[in-house]
Amino acid sequence: MYRIVSKTPLNPTVTRMEIEAPFVARKAKPGQFIILRVDENGERIPLTVAGCDREAGTVEIIFQVVGATTELLNRKQAGESIQDFVGPLGVPSKLDGLKNVCIVGGGVGCAIALPLARALHEAGAKVTSVIGFRSKDLLILEDDFRAVSDRLFVMTDDGSYGEKGNVCVPLNDLFAQGETFDEIIAIGPLIMMKFVVEAARPTGIPCTVSMNPIMIDGTGMCGGCRLTLHRDGKPVTKFACVDGPDFNGYEVDFDEAMSRGTMYREFEQEARERVCNLYRTQG
Amino acid sequence: MSVKPNLSPKKNPMPSQPPEVRAHNFLEVATGYDEATAVDEALRCLHCKNMPCVSGCPVNVEIPAFIEKVKEGDFEGAYQIISRTSSLPAVCGRVCPQETQCEAKCVRGIKGEPVGIGHLERFVADWHNLHSDQPVERPAPNGHQVAVVGSGPAGLTCAGDLAKKGYAVTVFEALHTAGGVLVYGIPEFRLPKEIVRKEVENLSALGVDVQTNMVVGKTLTVDELFEMGFEAVFIGSGAGLPNFMGIPGESLKGVYSANEFLTRSNLMKAYEEHPVTPIRKGGRVAVVGGGNVAMDAARTALRLGAEKVYIVYRRSMEELPARREEVEHAEEEGIEFRLLNNPVEVLGYENPSDRRDPKNGCVTGLKCIRMELGEPDERGRRRPVPVPGSEFVLDVDTVVIAIGTSPNPLIKSTTEGLSVNPRGGIIVEEATGATTREGVFAGGDAVTGAATVISAMGAGKVAAKAIGEFLSK
Repeated sequence: MYRIVSKTPLNPTVTRMEIEAPFVARKAKPGQFIILRVDENGERIPLTVAGCDREAGTVEIIFQVVGATTELLNRKQAGESIQDFVGPLGVPSKLDGLKNVCIVGGGVGCAIALPLARALHEAGAKVTSVIGFRSKDLLILEDDFRAVSDRLFVMTDDGSYGEKGNVCVPLNDLFAQGETFDEIIAIGPLIMMKFVVEAARPTGIPCTVSMNPIMIDGTGMCGGCRLTLHRDGKPVTKFACVDGPDFNGYEVDFDEAMSRGTMYREFEQEARERVCNLYRTQG
Repeated sequence: MSVKPNLSPKKNPMPSQPPEVRAHNFLEVATGYDEATAVDEALRCLHCKNMPCVSGCPVNVEIPAFIEKVKEGDFEGAYQIISRTSSLPAVCGRVCPQETQCEAKCVRGIKGEPVGIGHLERFVADWHNLHSDQPVERPAPNGHQVAVVGSGPAGLTCAGDLAKKGYAVTVFEALHTAGGVLVYGIPEFRLPKEIVRKEVENLSALGVDVQTNMVVGKTLTVDELFEMGFEAVFIGSGAGLPNFMGIPGESLKGVYSANEFLTRSNLMKAYEEHPVTPIRKGGRVAVVGGGNVAMDAARTALRLGAEKVYIVYRRSMEELPARREEVEHAEEEGIEFRLLNNPVEVLGYENPSDRRDPKNGCVTGLKCIRMELGEPDERGRRRPVPVPGSEFVLDVDTVVIAIGTSPNPLIKSTTEGLSVNPRGGIIVEEATGATTREGVFAGGDAVTGAATVISAMGAGKVAAKAIGEFLSK
């Protein structure tokens, strides 16, 4: 069992937790992920590591309540335990040698983008951060980003906070001004990453995206997390769990990834409703 | 005591659920011998002096000796004999291909059917698990520590053999449940998970420490295991990454690797009425491949409620690698074999006028081409060649690809001095399981690529012996 050391709501649907998992904390690097099960007979879900405290032996996760498992996880309190917590899985983000980087985060993806921005900032790189949300109530981690960024652009789709528009608005402005970066790292919903890649493509600036597909074991065994890269005109199959989760955004087949992501949508909605009903009837 | 031998040329048949019943449930297909049948079958053994059956067993179970005990009605005694050499008798009695191993060498098989050694082993192990409360004797510790990576058949066998000699063994398992392919791969109806749990419990009683959620190569490296004080490491990490065919449409919704399909159903129990992990249930299913894994996937699909299940295999029945028994079971249950058929494309739904239509990207069919057998290949199997212009579409909405796996690179890429062959399998000395790195041994699918449970157990056994010798130097 893995103890929840702390729990902090970041907005109505996003929660931060620190979990006691010393073996994972010892090794985890930005960009890697863990897989957890809330209780016995629970589902396995992957979550990217948001940070860790090696001395305390804790790993930080930030998750949005989207399905049955995150719903159950969010009902756990500090001091309680979860059944399984395994990692760190996947390949760490490659940040070495980057001096001038643009970090783009969307929604809960900002939770994963933040440790990258922080690591780059601590390594002395110039960090430009662009973070986007649907509206002001969903804003998270603004102060954390401000602390590690040389420049910060906060966007909301409805203009209820920061500038109105999506994350591509400031990006396109920067590109128009002739601004360049060693790399752009985009983490967020697939549709956002797809548009960031399209915006960046004419500039030729390397653009890395972090993929978070459906997976079960996380060690390469099931192949459920496979995605297609288009490399030199040829399709190449990769497994996000062992080859990723970071990929060259220019190669990723986003349309296919978006389609695969919807495979169990109906099931997931029903499963979440079942969990909510269960708690409702229990009062 | 002289007992009349049973001269019947036929084995006592294994009692089974009728096909029309079992095709709709996940309960075990075979229901097992009762005591009288077991004794009757044991009486068919002629107790040959040279014991050809024993040489046919990868772990050299003392077959005539345990059968003798069954004859006498001393079922616990029979169990004790089997467990001297096998750590997983209830598993072996169910999933070993006895017809190509012990039973293939049985003298009774020359004029009739061999003794039902597998059925008897299963009976004895089940009898023990049901009746025996004999506490396991923990051997005195010998002061040495060994790490075993992976809790599948190779790892569990290696761990069991070492623990019986007094080694302190820790097994590191990547998943949340111990058992490896026995829990994620082989379905409930062929190997109930309760039996695997019991076998693991038996090992724990011997003192084996099983640590789940430990991915060696990620959470810990082999080097760190040595730093932690382990003096030898056995790698039994299994087969790994599923192969795909490389044809268009393999990423459509409804295409699974057999590993994913079986893991969802077995490990994650997606067959339950309200599972937490989703799986496609019902519909029309094509399983591509002809091995045991393909049979398991097809029969799982049927039990999940599929209205039609095909096995699509590019060669003929003669080359089909699955066990005969599994093929017969599959046929009885109504699975249709499409032999000499090779998939060329998975077809998907596309609604050009509504990009948000949830059916977009779902499988609508499997386009295949008919094959004929040509010249033999380097392994002597006749090579299948496509018949030009013979393409057709199989009307299915789910496709499961069961064409094998490639070794997992996680351990290789994080362990200095560990050599692998061009296919990615760990290179070992066959007689000892020793790898190119001192103190590191390996066996099972991580070495050979996908093979059988018993061959993995044999490799675990060989390595346990070699580890013992290595540590007593």
